[in-house]
Amino acid sequence: MNATNSNGGHAIDVEHLVKRFGDLVAVNDISFFVENREIFGLLGPNGAGKTTLIRMMTTLTPPTSGTAIVAGHDIVTDQDGVRHAIGVIPQAFTSDPELTAQENMLIHAKLYGVPSSDRERLIRELLESVDLLKFRNALVRTFSGGMRRRLEIARGLVHSPQILFLDEPTTGLDPVSRSNVWEMIRTLREKSELTILLTTHYMEEADKLCDRIAIVDHGKLAALDSPTRLKDSVPGTDVVEAEFTGAPAGWNEQLKVLAQAAGVSERDGMVHIASHNGPQTVAALMDLARSSGVTVKKVSVQSTTLDDVFLHYTGSELRDAAQGGRYDVSHLYR
Amino acid sequence: MSLYRIWALIERDMRKFIRSPALMMSSMIFPLVQLVVLGYAFGGIIHGAVVAVVDNDNSALSRQVQEMFAGIEMGPKTFRVVHYDSLPQAVDDLRAGFIHGVVQIPVDFSRRYYQHDRPRLVFTEDNTDQFLSNTIQERVQEMVDNLNTAAVQPRLDAQVELNTVEVYPYIEYVKFLLAGSTAMAIFITAMIGGGITLIDDKARGLHEGYLVTPIHKSELVLGLIGSGALKGLMSGMVLVIIGGLIAGIPDLWNPVRLFYLAIVVLVASIAMISFMFLVMVRVDDPLVPRALFGVLNTLLFFPSGAVYPIQGFPNWLSWIAVIDPFTYTVNALQNLTLKSTGIEGIYKDVLVLAGFAAVMIAASMALFRRQI
Repeated sequence: MNATNSNGGHAIDVEHLVKRFGDLVAVNDISFFVENREIFGLLGPNGAGKTTLIRMMTTLTPPTSGTAIVAGHDIVTDQDGVRHAIGVIPQAFTSDPELTAQENMLIHAKLYGVPSSDRERLIRELLESVDLLKFRNALVRTFSGGMRRRLEIARGLVHSPQILFLDEPTTGLDPVSRSNVWEMIRTLREKSELTILLTTHYMEEADKLCDRIAIVDHGKLAALDSPTRLKDSVPGTDVVEAEFTGAPAGWNEQLKVLAQAAGVSERDGMVHIASHNGPQTVAALMDLARSSGVTVKKVSVQSTTLDDVFLHYTGSELRDAAQGGRYDVSHLYR
Repeated sequence: MSLYRIWALIERDMRKFIRSPALMMSSMIFPLVQLVVLGYAFGGIIHGAVVAVVDNDNSALSRQVQEMFAGIEMGPKTFRVVHYDSLPQAVDDLRAGFIHGVVQIPVDFSRRYYQHDRPRLVFTEDNTDQFLSNTIQERVQEMVDNLNTAAVQPRLDAQVELNTVEVYPYIEYVKFLLAGSTAMAIFITAMIGGGITLIDDKARGLHEGYLVTPIHKSELVLGLIGSGALKGLMSGMVLVIIGGLIAGIPDLWNPVRLFYLAIVVLVASIAMISFMFLVMVRVDDPLVPRALFGVLNTLLFFPSGAVYPIQGFPNWLSWIAVIDPFTYTVNALQNLTLKSTGIEGIYKDVLVLAGFAAVMIAASMALFRRQI
């Protein structure tokens, strides 16, 4: 596929992208597309390959094989075209702390060739939209993390890109700042023709923001659909979590036939029962435990989350995978 | 390639540089301190050394010799004289460092002198300190030459004389050192404002913010080198002016010479920053430029002729001087500040520095990674 061909009206077309670092396959033959004006999420734990994927799409890293068409430009043969059409907010802060907010915006505007007649107006409007106008002459090193992230989003928009890439936009931010960034992303989509692709390991973030989510784990695409349909694809609408003492052998098999139960799994001593009706299943569970002499130490009911979706498609929990740090990926960030 | 993107990078760097007085001061203070301390430490005239005289002859002639020593003690004061009765005692004290030289008037001195039988004075020197011993020896030789001057000059003088003409007035060592200090200021700016800042920005991830823009590899390289060169120009010219005032360079504000100085400083800055850029082009560890700083400083500064003439170097060190950009910088600056030459005194050095810079820039562009 070359840049001059139509990409079917998609903002992004990813075709069998692969990235190897020596023996490690960081991205393993991933293909998907992103519609225009969509907020598309790449959800997965640290080391899943999300950042490597976004770096390839934004021409920071060359692919080992495969390609992608971004805003009609091939990332392998037309990198310049890609760079002009996109805005990128990398995971690490890249705004210059020794410059002011205004200066950071100005330098980027010049690098993108924004006409001098438009720069001042654009910078003022963007800083105002991220609520940083009154800090325009403050050095960035005096900013909080949330302010710096908002500045970088504004900076990424100074040249009016077609597509905005955000790599873990709220990692390291406090809940209030995170909420502000979410609001900003929603507003961006409402008020512009912008297509947004973001990576995250926060399921709540993906759930609240994204039109569609691609679940990535171990460099592979595990699932791709809207948050609602992904949750619907998991058996049951609720998940009952319980911890027992004195459970006999074969206890989990008995739990499978509880009322409204759709499936049973166990991890780290906690039993997870997918259920079509959580309260009914809990009632049946308590009856069974009482009659079997099993003590229920803990029980809770919650609606199916993306964590459950992740568990269903990958066999591990997103929380645990994010905290586990199973993979040494330091070389990916060199 | 677009100039406006190159200039955007230069503008970014210059805004940060001007906002960082610590960087500007550190680029200039060390070379200025070095200029003053080294310049006056090395440039002084030897005086107050202690020379022992052992008179074993005890004749009218030997007393005449002693009067000559007294004359030096009263006049140029190169040394003061102490009298010893015993030569072994004097030599022991010389070894111990209590005195700096021993002149013995042997017991047969006056007899040989009147018999025209090659009379001798014996000068025993402490040659662990060549500066001191050479100076004392020169003074003693002057005295011997005066002794050898005939009381009545022949009508026709058959001896060959050497008349020495100095092209320039006496040059103090501090003036001699100014060129090297200026080159040092440029180098420090290249190292701190170029090498260290570049790697620190990479380590902080700031580079990624620029790599996602449409900037080309050549524009990035030229922009970073350009901003480093501008910083080097500023540091170098400040050093030339402040250092020139301290050293007492005559006619410092001559606009033509200032213009030539600016050309040399600018080309030298480009050469040094592009050299530093090439050294750091594939480096990611912020400790590396800090570790290299002292090594490069020594390796570039001392073989350049800034402190001691290149003609005095062994072969292997001379080769370092040939490829060292400091050498041509120092030579051009010395020609301008000490000899007041025009373009003819600097054009070869400027051409070499420009060629060196071109090679460094080309290699940097080839090695620079546009992608992570």
